[in-house]
Amino acid sequence: MATRTIGESIRLTKRRKSFSESYIGEWIMTIDHKKLGIMYMVTAFFFFLVGGTEALLVRTQLAVPDGKVLTAEIYNQLFTMHGTTMIFLFVMPMLTGFGNYVVPLMIGARDMAFPRMNAFGYWVVLFGGLFLSASFLFGQAPNAGWFNYAPLNELTTGCGATAVSCTTGLNTDFWALGILMLGVSSIAGSLNFVVTILKMRAPGMTINRMPLFTWMTLITAFLLLFSLPSVTAASILLLLDRHIGTHFYQAGAGGDPLLWQHLFWSFGHPEVYILILPAFGMISEILPVFSRKPIFGYTFIAWSGVAIGFLSFTVWAHHMFAVGLPMVAQAFFATSTTLIAIPTAVKIFNWIATIYGGKVRFTASMMFAVGFIAMFLIGGLNGAALAVVPFDYQVTDTYFVISHLHYVLFGGTVFAVFGGIFYWFPKISGRLLNERLGKWQFWLMLVGVNLTFFPMHILGLLGMPRRVYTYAGNLGWNELNLLSTIGAFIIAVSIMVFVWNFIVTLRSGEKAGDDPWDAYTLEWDTSSPPKAYNFEVIPTVRSRRPFYDKKNPDIADWKTATH
Amino acid sequence: MRMPKFRGVKRWGTIISALLLSSILLAACGETSPSILNPQGPVASKEAGLFWFILVVATIVFVAVESVLIYSIVRFRERPNMPNPRQLHGNNTIELIWTIVPSLFLFAVLIGTIYTMFNLNSISGQGRIIDIKVVAHQWWWEFDYTNDNIVTADELVVPVGTVIRTTLASSNVIHSFWIPQITGKTDVVPGRANEKLFRADTPGTYLGICTEYCGLQHANMRFQLVVLPQASYVSWLHNQQSAAQTPTDPNATAGMKLFQGSCVACHGIVGVNLQPGGQQLTAQYGGGSATTLKGPNLTHFATRTTIAGLVLTWNPQSCVVGTDSSGKPAIQNPAACGLYKWLRDPQAVKPGNDMQIGKLSDTQIAQLIAYLESLQ
Repeated sequence: MATRTIGESIRLTKRRKSFSESYIGEWIMTIDHKKLGIMYMVTAFFFFLVGGTEALLVRTQLAVPDGKVLTAEIYNQLFTMHGTTMIFLFVMPMLTGFGNYVVPLMIGARDMAFPRMNAFGYWVVLFGGLFLSASFLFGQAPNAGWFNYAPLNELTTGCGATAVSCTTGLNTDFWALGILMLGVSSIAGSLNFVVTILKMRAPGMTINRMPLFTWMTLITAFLLLFSLPSVTAASILLLLDRHIGTHFYQAGAGGDPLLWQHLFWSFGHPEVYILILPAFGMISEILPVFSRKPIFGYTFIAWSGVAIGFLSFTVWAHHMFAVGLPMVAQAFFATSTTLIAIPTAVKIFNWIATIYGGKVRFTASMMFAVGFIAMFLIGGLNGAALAVVPFDYQVTDTYFVISHLHYVLFGGTVFAVFGGIFYWFPKISGRLLNERLGKWQFWLMLVGVNLTFFPMHILGLLGMPRRVYTYAGNLGWNELNLLSTIGAFIIAVSIMVFVWNFIVTLRSGEKAGDDPWDAYTLEWDTSSPPKAYNFEVIPTVRSRRPFYDKKNPDIADWKTATH
Repeated sequence: MRMPKFRGVKRWGTIISALLLSSILLAACGETSPSILNPQGPVASKEAGLFWFILVVATIVFVAVESVLIYSIVRFRERPNMPNPRQLHGNNTIELIWTIVPSLFLFAVLIGTIYTMFNLNSISGQGRIIDIKVVAHQWWWEFDYTNDNIVTADELVVPVGTVIRTTLASSNVIHSFWIPQITGKTDVVPGRANEKLFRADTPGTYLGICTEYCGLQHANMRFQLVVLPQASYVSWLHNQQSAAQTPTDPNATAGMKLFQGSCVACHGIVGVNLQPGGQQLTAQYGGGSATTLKGPNLTHFATRTTIAGLVLTWNPQSCVVGTDSSGKPAIQNPAACGLYKWLRDPQAVKPGNDMQIGKLSDTQIAQLIAYLESLQ
């Protein structure tokens, strides 16, 4: 270096920028967990808009009886893709995105353990999502429902006891291949989270001092690793059935259609906790900061998450109460489902206790978090009702179930996601989202969600089955369906408010500073947005609230608390 | 800044409670709906009873938890000069209490659940149990009265107060058998013979619905449960067991010729292309591959009131056969006649169904309708 002449130096500075240094190249070539996290979240939000549009079309068709907006075939493709998109392309990548961005910062690491595998996981999700959505271009989007039951998902020949046509065309192939691709990405992501969280924590951050969002991300990663093999096997067997001539799911040839259901739901039920546990984690970060108190019952929240994780592998057949399992088996699954409600209840009580006795600041983020508790409670209660087997015989596969799952996933996860966006956006972008617009969004969304999904309880009790593209006008379902459709459009308006807020904030939002919320965890103990290396000096941790300790050295947790 | 939020909280509470109240009223009083809260048989009654039980438990929990939540955010909202709260990390006694209390609630519900589950099928009724094999097709229902040698479609006719034991078979994919006011669902799984017992206690007509997504026309796979008084059921059964009469009316005779010419490829009529007891459904779907008639048995078609999985109604009064301007037979008011619409273009009425027919002339349709009307 010392021998370099002046001339060489000038030539170096005039060198054309390489692709990886250009703005686009920086994003495409990146292996930085923060950039990848942002890419995950933006991609997920794009698919949220896609899935939301599908839902609006579905609701438009059902607004009035004998709807004529969509044909039966298009309707069936739309409801299938709505479920598939929201679960696999919105919620999962969104939560992975949060994990990617926040977890390494929270635990005081400079990046994920395997940055390149992290990038690989992102690109597979993007292209897997585009592959699934491209099916619409062929007019052959998946149309057998998001759980794609056998033998409806089989090809023409040898389907069922006699050769009656089932799903012909590429629809189901798109679904099965898409799910396989997304599974690859999730495995990569989960391994990365497990290793990162177990091996890369800052000095002093024991497992018992990890932030709860990190805890929940770790549990989620294990759930994915143990549940994905099942749906992967199911999809491969399905592809073999469809193209190689095997008969795994064909009753007429010695197979069993229920094999699909067992394989699918032994993935599918851990999956619903995969969709909610990170949301629990976000709530457990947001509530303490805006209540000015530590989380109440840290150990109980963490270990109830572990309990939920284990129990989630024992409840899958509660999706199958009506298929004719032996009564004793049904009683077992009713019991395990009852058990899993207990740790969930414990979490809710701990969150409320965190607010109780605090000094509550109503930021938009906090409002979403409180809205989460209120809505998730409804989803929990009607979920517990579904574990009452004889009542389940009546309401399974009706709109009652649709109501339940949306209270959990929309009232629950989506509220938490927006809570998380309002909470971490200043860290990610350096700017504060507009609080006023955020509160408008919250109230519109709260009204919209209840208007859309509450009437569905009643529709289910009144006998309306799910997945019907049309219904007769004389069954007493008309007003409630119209109400529900109006609610769906109110939700759409609330999302538009968010998009507007997002654009306005990026252009001219208020500067956030490094620690706008006076928060407790390490991600706030660095610049907003953080530099590529995250921390100039890796912090040392002495309690569960390291940044609180740093700001309040006299009353630091490690001096006063007993853990 | 703060006050509007609390007005909002109240408003939201009002909305929820108003919805909750109206929901229960609506669901219980919905006379025209196939409401599970208006049960007309012992199975659905037990299931509805559990609902009211859970509703009470869930309402108590809901009100208790949401009140504490709302109280907390109102009482502990940040006010000017408020000191920092005590940094409380938890309390094991409280944790223990709120682990045990909800467990008690949940296990109370679980005991009710398991008790009802094991008692759901212990029902008794008048006379012998009637065995009916239910066959689910894409997308209509067929009913094989195993011991009485009759087969019907779209309409399941049973006597009041008698235990009905259905065996559920599928000819293709998974369907689900559900009559909300009489009994909860049991899936119809290919290769399995699930059983479902029920009893209907009030004569009347009840909607039956397929509730497992089964393909394109899943929405249009319904049936009617017709519950008759004992005596009416006996006479209905005797009529069903007789062979179809050969018609005398010239239009109907022409219609029968047409029927024999092509419709018999898929449809059976006892006395035309089937012997009495000739269509044995029982053997077909046990896993074997015997060829079968694809469409519904039409022997006593005119006794039905609905067609095509309840997409259309069938009413002879609105399908009067007259003559057109050139003196040929024609339906007088085709727009009002469901059967006319069906025979004109079944794929327009229910896209994707198995009835693939060529275009029939208005005369042919009128003749076929005249024949089908004669099948009393």
